[in-house]
Amino acid sequence: MKTLTNVNVTSFGEAASASRTARQQGSVPAFSGGGSDLLQQLKDGTDNADVIVNLRSVADGRTIQSDGSGFAIGGLVTLTELAEDPSVMTGMSAIAQAAASVGTPQIRNVGTLAGNVTQRPWCWYYRNGFNCFKAGGDECFSLNGENGQHAIFGGGPSFIVHPSDVAPALVAFDAIFQVTGPTGSREVSAEEFFVLPATDPSRENSLNEDELLTGVRIPSVSANTVSTYYKVMDREAWTHAEVGVATVIQRDGNAAQNAKVVLAGVAPIPWRVRAVEDFLAGKQINAAVAREAGEIGIEDALPLSKNAHKLPMTSAAIEAAVLSLAAG
Amino acid sequence: MRDKKKQGNLLDKGNDPAVKYADPKDQILNDKQQSRRDFLEGSGAAVAAGAGISAFGIPSAKAQSANSSATTAINLTVNGTRQMLEVQDRWTLAEVLRDQLDLTGTKIGCNRSECGACTVLMNGQPVYACSQLAVWADGAEIRTVEGLATNGELSPVQRAFVANNGPQCGFCTPGQLMTATALLQTNPSPSSEEVKEALVGNLCRCSNYNAIVEAVVMAGEEGGLA
Repeated sequence: MKTLTNVNVTSFGEAASASRTARQQGSVPAFSGGGSDLLQQLKDGTDNADVIVNLRSVADGRTIQSDGSGFAIGGLVTLTELAEDPSVMTGMSAIAQAAASVGTPQIRNVGTLAGNVTQRPWCWYYRNGFNCFKAGGDECFSLNGENGQHAIFGGGPSFIVHPSDVAPALVAFDAIFQVTGPTGSREVSAEEFFVLPATDPSRENSLNEDELLTGVRIPSVSANTVSTYYKVMDREAWTHAEVGVATVIQRDGNAAQNAKVVLAGVAPIPWRVRAVEDFLAGKQINAAVAREAGEIGIEDALPLSKNAHKLPMTSAAIEAAVLSLAAG
Repeated sequence: MRDKKKQGNLLDKGNDPAVKYADPKDQILNDKQQSRRDFLEGSGAAVAAGAGISAFGIPSAKAQSANSSATTAINLTVNGTRQMLEVQDRWTLAEVLRDQLDLTGTKIGCNRSECGACTVLMNGQPVYACSQLAVWADGAEIRTVEGLATNGELSPVQRAFVANNGPQCGFCTPGQLMTATALLQTNPSPSSEEVKEALVGNLCRCSNYNAIVEAVVMAGEEGGLA
């Protein structure tokens, strides 16, 4: 492994300051929660950090708290903890299911909520050292290349897909993202947190230099809320979503209210399909409604040359996710 | 363990000023080690003056360039024995286990969280040792495949692997054993489905999955705690 210096910190504020100090000294800092992806990037040379700000000794951000209505989930909660927490499994099963679908037990045992949400894209061009938008270059090689796993929504000028399973589930629950930097903390909505390539193709979120995601807040989950995360992969496990569907509804009898449908694996950010959300409003959930929801869900899709298979896949996944929330 | 000496406290070892840092792969040949701190302390004022440490303990670029990489003193409890080690910050846990502690049962396959050969238990949970820096494991309890047998007697899951021809080439076996051991500690009698789910992060290039799953199920049926 390349030369690097590890810096242990005990708080998020100290982490942000350590990152800034390192940067001011001419180093390239990186935060490490679980570290699995970071180390891979360092070994591959796709990340040139030489100061690692180690968050293992940070005491905050490790709990899942509920006040009976809302939730606060620390950014350093592991994916294993998120997947197995009884209050999350009961109240926000889409989040627990999404966390459980990530990688392998070994990855989930160290991987954190914040790391999962802020991981860099897994586009094979970016990960193999191509000087693309994500690496600071000025083109997206997938556009005229191997784009079978790339975006069918929201692409251009970069066509990466956002790699997180957990993020769409958080967006579907209207999560507020908590951010700490060297000069203080702030809260941002999902709309402000995730950044489309049309706005800035070099980044996936609005974290500034030396800022880190410290946790999320779910303001309110009503008692009649039901949710699911339905993930389609090209093998049974240990890979990213071809498409994932996080669906949250408030179930009134068998009618869907306040539906949220957010997709993974098909867009550069967690992708809300508002047309489906609007369609579901007040509808009784049954096979016909679910099928129509799936059809509506791909109306705005724009496939590239080799990823049109994602259209029927997305349609079917939305259908399955919605139907699974039918009462009874 | 091939060389008991290497299990000892590296901090206490005699330092030879002539020995330069080498890559972990070379360390196995170099019994005599030297920490960055020792190097700086022994190299005269000119170098020491350059070793500025910031308020956050970040060594300056000069300090780093005086040697190949920063080092940190850590404590690891490995297979029940507490180890005090001075490790380079860039060394992975797998490298430290293999090259510093001679625990070569832990294999490095893909070296990128994609095969599972390096799986060890960290505070009881399976993790990929190739994808953890050793400094991050400071204070942790680590269990490797060398820690499964008791007084030379194989653990139940090891015996079950033997009985079911669990290993073919054997390279993935230590990792499979560690993940299976963690499973049996929380679920002493898993079904084959539960075993498949738990072992999904351990690839077998020989594709000997059926035998591996059968072995773990048998270890459970035999009341097998590892």
